[in-house]
Amino acid sequence: MTALARRAFQPGELRRRAAAGDVKLWASLLILVWAAVFMIWQGLGFAISIGSVFAIWAILAVSLNLVVGYAGLLSVGHIGFFGIGAYAAAILTSNASYEQLRTEAIPTFAWPFFAALPVSIALVGVAAVVVGVVLNRFRDDIYVLVSFGFAIIAFNVFLNGRGLTRGAFGVHQIARPAIGGWELTGELEFLILLLVFLALTVAVSWLIVTSSFGRVLTAIREDEQAIEVFGYRATHYKLAIWVISAMLAGLAGALFASWTSFIDPNSFILLESVLLVSIVILGGLASIWGSLLGAMAFVLLEEGMRFLPFLPAEYVGQARQAVLGILLVLLMLFRPQGLVGRYRL
Amino acid sequence: MSGGDGSGGSDDVRVDLPLEEIGLSKHFHSWENLYTGQDGLALETIGVSKSFGAVKAVDRLTLAIPRKGMTSIVGPNGSGKSTLMNLLSGTLPLDGGLVVIDEVGLKVVKPYETPQHGLTRTFQEVRLFDQISVWDNIMVVLTERRPFAALLERSKPGHRQKARGILQSVGLWEKRDVMAQELSYGQRKLLEIGRAMALDVDTYLFDEPFAGLFPQMLERVKDLMKQIRDSGRTIVFVSHNMDIVRELSNRIIVLDSGQLLAEGDVEPVLGRPEVIEAYLGA
Repeated sequence: MTALARRAFQPGELRRRAAAGDVKLWASLLILVWAAVFMIWQGLGFAISIGSVFAIWAILAVSLNLVVGYAGLLSVGHIGFFGIGAYAAAILTSNASYEQLRTEAIPTFAWPFFAALPVSIALVGVAAVVVGVVLNRFRDDIYVLVSFGFAIIAFNVFLNGRGLTRGAFGVHQIARPAIGGWELTGELEFLILLLVFLALTVAVSWLIVTSSFGRVLTAIREDEQAIEVFGYRATHYKLAIWVISAMLAGLAGALFASWTSFIDPNSFILLESVLLVSIVILGGLASIWGSLLGAMAFVLLEEGMRFLPFLPAEYVGQARQAVLGILLVLLMLFRPQGLVGRYRL
Repeated sequence: MSGGDGSGGSDDVRVDLPLEEIGLSKHFHSWENLYTGQDGLALETIGVSKSFGAVKAVDRLTLAIPRKGMTSIVGPNGSGKSTLMNLLSGTLPLDGGLVVIDEVGLKVVKPYETPQHGLTRTFQEVRLFDQISVWDNIMVVLTERRPFAALLERSKPGHRQKARGILQSVGLWEKRDVMAQELSYGQRKLLEIGRAMALDVDTYLFDEPFAGLFPQMLERVKDLMKQIRDSGRTIVFVSHNMDIVRELSNRIIVLDSGQLLAEGDVEPVLGRPEVIEAYLGA
């Protein structure tokens, strides 16, 4: 036996590695292997659809982690920005000829997706400034409640602003993006587009959290009053990261609208926001990799439970939420920093 | 302040103002005694007040802190020492009165503007950024203040060099990668002082820097404070340890029930009957 192997098999060493950061390694490996096995087992079509759902949740989770994990602002209103982005893109790309067939008409612009995308993101940014200025007046529990209120208001606007959103009818036939004359109608092409945007989101987030700005955010999370004494205006930092995070959620929303080609208010209910916060906590606060892992674990859980022989199909949705709930309780008990995070709530 | 010790001014500058009307402390008897220090004043409060409900934590307090050297603030528990520190640094809003930092009068002290006025502080309960590294606890106060410029800034060699110097001087260089919450109590005190030192300002407020320290750590904190003083800065510190107060400070302010009981040179002030009574009677 080599010296290396001898050392690895010493009980103390194993204990040390198990107790040390290796939970991160094992959690990462487990989820990646699980994903790979699942995709190979179910075939390419399934892998593509899982990948697309994952990419959208991952963009949302990474963006929300900037606010919750790095700045310590527990917002459950993120889904509102996802919805605004989705509706903005849907309306801006909507086609007049289709709308004439419907009883409820909405304004039509028929913009190409890549023109609608930046405008949608900018609109989300404007909304985020307004909501952020209000939210900045609150802290801790009240902050959570007010963000909760925003999610509910946003949902009600989607549901009742029928002149703009068609209410419960939803917006149909949302255009797919086209690059030159090439329309991304294929699922694989769209997955690649989603992954490109996910990579961009990760890159932007990484640049933010490793900058001086990111370090100040973590200090605000730890003690807002103390960092102010050193000359930082915490409210400005909180508003800036809030708007950036919301705009990334808006990006996810626009992509989601184009991917599903149909949106209605049910995609943007408060529960989705709570699930999103759960994903962020599950993966690990203040860890970009954690949010990617959390999103992957969540999607695998969601899709994987369809194949459990003893679970009737109609209960899959509820069962998934129950399992996620139990996982969160277990994590808070035994690993409050999430699978790969460092920061504890 | 008892009148007649003639620490500054003369009869020529005596001005009769209705002091109570403009909110000055009853201890402020006349402009004759107005203290200006040899090098001017680092800090002044003029009729500063702060109440918590019915409790007047600081009551129309007027005092002056000279530039350079160390001024200690003492007083029985609940005399308003920490509240005063919080008012001076903007951590608590003023109910009334004026804080003068480096000759700029402020009715509202904004905490994020105090470094621009040349002031920083430590807290009575050590307040570090617990869940980030020791290294980042220092780096975070060195970098760009404006959010958008900070977004584009990566750590600069100058910042790293400074952070390294600070951590070495407080003896925490070896602990730089550890999370601040994992430090011992004494180490946390040192890091907090280091974090304040990282800011190049003229005036440092230290709220009970010696409380709960072992003798060895205590010496270290004393050395750091002497180091700051010797570089020509001003230190204002709160302490209950009279031996240290005698050893370090060249001026003392005694508070009682939110009001100024005495201020001046250390030994004469500590020898005054009202000061002895305030301590023994407490």
